[in-house]
Formats: sequence, structure tokens, C-alpha cells
Amino acid sequence: MNVKGTQVLVEFADSDSMLQALELLRRHRYRKLETYTPHPIGGVSERLRLPHPWLPKITFAGGLLGALLGYGIQWYADTYDYPLNVGGRPLHSAVAYIPATFEAAVLGAALTAFVVLLFVIGLPALWHPVFEVDRFERATADRYWVSIKGVRDPIEIRKIRHLLAELTPVRLTVAEADP
Amino acid sequence: MAASTAAEAPAQPTREAHPVLLRLVNDQELTDRLLAPLWTPSPVWKILFAVTGVGTLVLAGAVSYTVATGIGVWGNNIPVAWAYAIINFVWWIGIGHAGTFISAFLLLFQQRWRASINRVAEAMTLFALMNAALFPLLHLGRPWFFYWLIPYPSTMGVWPQFRSALPWDAAAVTAYFIVSLLFWYLGLLPDLASARDRAPGRLRRRIYGVFALGWRGAGRHWHQYQTAYVLLAGLATPLVISVHSIVSLDFSIAQLPGWHSTIFPPYFVVGAIYSGFAMVLVLIIPIRRVFGLGDLITARHLDNMAKLLLAMAWLLIYSYIVEIFIAWYSGDPYERYVHLLFRPSGSYAWLYWVMLFANVGVPQIFWISRARISAPVLFGAGILILLGMWLERFIIIVTSLSHDFLPSSWALYAPTWVDWCILGGSVSFFGLLFLLFLRFVPFISINELKQLTHELRRGSA
Repeated sequence: MNVKGTQVLVEFADSDSMLQALELLRRHRYRKLETYTPHPIGGVSERLRLPHPWLPKITFAGGLLGALLGYGIQWYADTYDYPLNVGGRPLHSAVAYIPATFEAAVLGAALTAFVVLLFVIGLPALWHPVFEVDRFERATADRYWVSIKGVRDPIEIRKIRHLLAELTPVRLTVAEADP
Repeated sequence: MAASTAAEAPAQPTREAHPVLLRLVNDQELTDRLLAPLWTPSPVWKILFAVTGVGTLVLAGAVSYTVATGIGVWGNNIPVAWAYAIINFVWWIGIGHAGTFISAFLLLFQQRWRASINRVAEAMTLFALMNAALFPLLHLGRPWFFYWLIPYPSTMGVWPQFRSALPWDAAAVTAYFIVSLLFWYLGLLPDLASARDRAPGRLRRRIYGVFALGWRGAGRHWHQYQTAYVLLAGLATPLVISVHSIVSLDFSIAQLPGWHSTIFPPYFVVGAIYSGFAMVLVLIIPIRRVFGLGDLITARHLDNMAKLLLAMAWLLIYSYIVEIFIAWYSGDPYERYVHLLFRPSGSYAWLYWVMLFANVGVPQIFWISRARISAPVLFGAGILILLGMWLERFIIIVTSLSHDFLPSSWALYAPTWVDWCILGGSVSFFGLLFLLFLRFVPFISINELKQLTHELRRGSA
């Protein structure tokens, strides 16, 4: 196992025990925590002390950019690059540009939200150290895992085992962690 | 209580007559059951696949014939220059709207029952949009130049004309398709990961693994993911309203009687959602039966869908009344002729009355509570409403074009065999895509259902 990091992975059969484990571990000053669950669990974000996502703000910026681009292309094409006199109507017809500008705004925002989400969570990443862990595949079915990173000392591991014993984890394993 | 070992707890008692889920299935069983159709095809699936495959070949043949010969092989000609192509386009795109309504609107309104049917509805949206896009492209006459619709600085120095409604339409449909696809795929990620972890054999494991992008259900990921999912839902929601509004503007920029009532945008949106709900019912009722999902897609879902159908029907009836009233009130002789005389008593009158029967009469059966939970009644009503909504577009497009201002240029329209082959073929193609979806993609949102059972269990504890 490399020095960069190992992690202790604890498997629980129900989410309540997992949440209690998170609280216990925090109380004992373990900070590098992560959970792996088959569906989102209310209360995990708070217990992991995750900051409020800034995704909405960047999505708004993406929408704004989309709208500007959408309007800009229409304005440029109709008034500058390819002016056509259609029954004497004004070349720069702001009202006629609303629908496509709106669609461009929504498209820009949605693409931004999707791409930035993947960037923030670091996917696609087809391999991850946890995938090497025995029976970890149940994390996408019915098991709830907690990871405590940066723990290597056997005494420390025994301490964690002792700490979580009353929550009856299904198993506790030591694995490599991502750098 | 351990989730994996608990016996099925009774579903939470609610004030409603029908529970959302008949029983709370444990997570392991839920995962295995909902992934099982991915590993083994049923004989029913093979038969349907063969049938829709033949239909798709018919579509390919008719499209090839059209492209090779020219759109003169269709029945439309002056004065009825728009016919099947635009009818089918509006019909398909309308059907798509219910998918977004169910997945995005109902998510924002926290309607938890949507969890069992949203994936099916979203897939329906995508496939309906793919079919819809086929028609305007073919109607271009030279579909290989379709990219001229995209605004890009070409060496020809020519741009699309943005003061026309048609480029708006192209923008709306493109944006709608991309946003729907992103939303659908994002919702699918955790379930693709489940499929990866449960796939028998290396190849399938790898394929699902690639599409799952390495999803591992990390708390940090869920945290961002849920935000993004709600954001995409919020972005898809205005598209439900805007896309069909823009489609209706294709009509209202024209001078034709019967095409520019101010109620057109909301009228089209309501009709779209209405036909889409009908299609969702037509799809989920057989799915529920074939895959034995009566405990997940329950009477509650059928009841809610029926109520939504009824509500949409009344909004549509209101639109019909306003449309006819304004035609009379305008005092315009052409408007009055088309709405008050030609549609109810002219050459296409029988279609008009069938349409009114299907769209206005049929849904009234849902005032009866037993009809709302009867699968055969809902299925039959769904088919009739889909037919009625297709006829509605036929009436709007063909009656207005065939009898406009100048009686000397009146002419009737009749479709050719190519028109019929393309319409039937597109229905088959839709079926084919949907069957592929049922075979290769987890078609019920497993992670959302787990979340729902989790919450219900907590509620009853």
C-alpha cells in the first residue's frame, strides 16, 4: 500500500447506522470522511460539512452567455452580415429575436450545468480505488458505506472498529485511497 | 431497521384512496427486479421488436423514395401545401411534452409518485422528438441541406432569416432535445452504475461501466448531483411551455383563417401535454402488465394520470370554445366560415366530429372513479385521445389551407400511400426505439424509487 493514503471502509446495512457512524467519527475528529450510497440520503451533506454548491450561479452565467450569443448571432446576421429588406420591416427586430434568444439561454444554462457538474465531481473516471474493494458493488444496490481516509496505523484502525462496533457494521476493510 | 433484511413493511397509510406503492420492496429485490429485463429478453419483446422492425423498414423505404423522387410523391399541393408532414411533426412534438411535464414539473412540485414513471416518460419525449424532427427535415425537399438551418458563418454568405418563425422552431426543437437528453442521462447515471455492478459478463459490465462514467454514489457527488438535477428540471420546465408555443407561432404568422387566434400558444401547449399523457398511459399500461410491476406502478399512478387527462381535457375544451367564440366575435367572414361552417359541416366534417368525440367526449368517463383505475379503460381512452389529437392537427392545417379566401383556389386534400407509410412507419420507429430502451436501459428510476421507499418507510416508522 502506498504511503499517499489508505482508507478504512465500513459497510452498513441501513442508512441510519451510517448517519450515526458519521456523527461518531466527526465527534472523534475524523475529518476526511466520505459516504457511498445507492441513493441520496438526507443529512449526509450536513454531516460531511459540504459547502453549498455554487453550481446554480455558474448555471445562471451559462444561461446569460447563451442568451447573449443567441441574440448576438441574430443581430449580426440580420443587420450586418446579411441584411434583407422584408416588406420594409426594421432589420434589427428585437421582438422577433425573443424566442430563439430564450431557447439559447436555456440551452446554454443546461449545457453549463451538466458539464460543470461532471467537472466538479471529477467524472468521467471509470476507475476508482473503491472499485477494487470486495463487495463494494453493493454500494449501488442496498449497502451504505463510509470511508475514513488517511488512516494507516493498525492501532487507529482498531480504535475505529471499536468505536463503530455498537452500530453493527457489516464489515470493515482497509483499502487504498485515491491520492 | 436494516433495509436489506427487513420484510416488506406495509406501505404508509395515506388519506388518498390508493397508496403510491402497494408494498415497500427491499432495496436488493428492487434492484434485481428492475434490472432483470436488461439481462434476459422476453419472447413478447422479440415479437414486438420484429413487428416494429418491419415497420421501421417501411419508413426507411418511404423516406428513401421521397428523397430520391422529391416531395411531389406526397399528397400535399397548393393550396394545401402543409399536410401530413406538419401534422405529424406537431403531433409527435406534442406527445413529447408530457415526458418533460412528468419529469420536471412534477419534480419541482415534489409529486413523489412520479418516481415510477418518469424514466419512461422522458424516454418517450426523446423518441417522440426524434420522430418529430424527421418531418420538417423531409419537408425541406432537399434534406441533405438541413444544416442550412443552423446559423454558422458559411462561405455562401447566407444566414437563416431570424425574423421568420421557422428558425425559432429549429432553435426550440434543438434546445428541447438536448436539454431533455441531458436531463434523462443525468437521471440515468446512478442506475447505469447499478447495472454495471450487477451485469453478468465482462462485456456488458464494461459497456454499462462506460455509460455510467464511473459513478460510485459518493456523498460529495450526490450533493452536487441533486442540485444539478433540480437545476435541469427547472430549465426543462419553461421548455414545456415555450416549445409548443413557438410551434403554434409557425401558424399564427400566416394570414389564413383559423390560424391566428391569440389563444394559439397556450392552446397548443395544453393539447401537447394532453396527447403526451395519453401516450404515457398507452406505454405504461402494457409495461406494467408484461413486467408485472403492479406494485410499483399502482392504481395511484393510473388515478393521477386520469385526473391530469381530465384536467387537460377541460383546458382544451376551454380553448376550443374561445377559438370558436373569437372567430364569431371577430366578424371576419373568412374566420366565421372556416370555424362555424366549413369545419363542422364541410368536406372534412366527419373528422371534426370524431375529433370532438375523442378529445372532448372520451375523457369525461374519468369523472367515474372506477374508470380512473381501470387499465383497459385508460388504455382505450389513451389510444382514442392520441387519434383525436392527430385529427385536431389535421383539422387545423388542412381545413384552413383548403378553403381560404378565394373560392376559385379551393381544393381538397388527400394523402398518398407514401404519406401513410411514413406516418405508420414513424409510429413503428417510435415503438422500435422504445423497445430498445426497455431492453437496454433501466426503465424505472431505481435510485429514485429507493429514495421513495426510504421516505415512506421513515414516514411509517
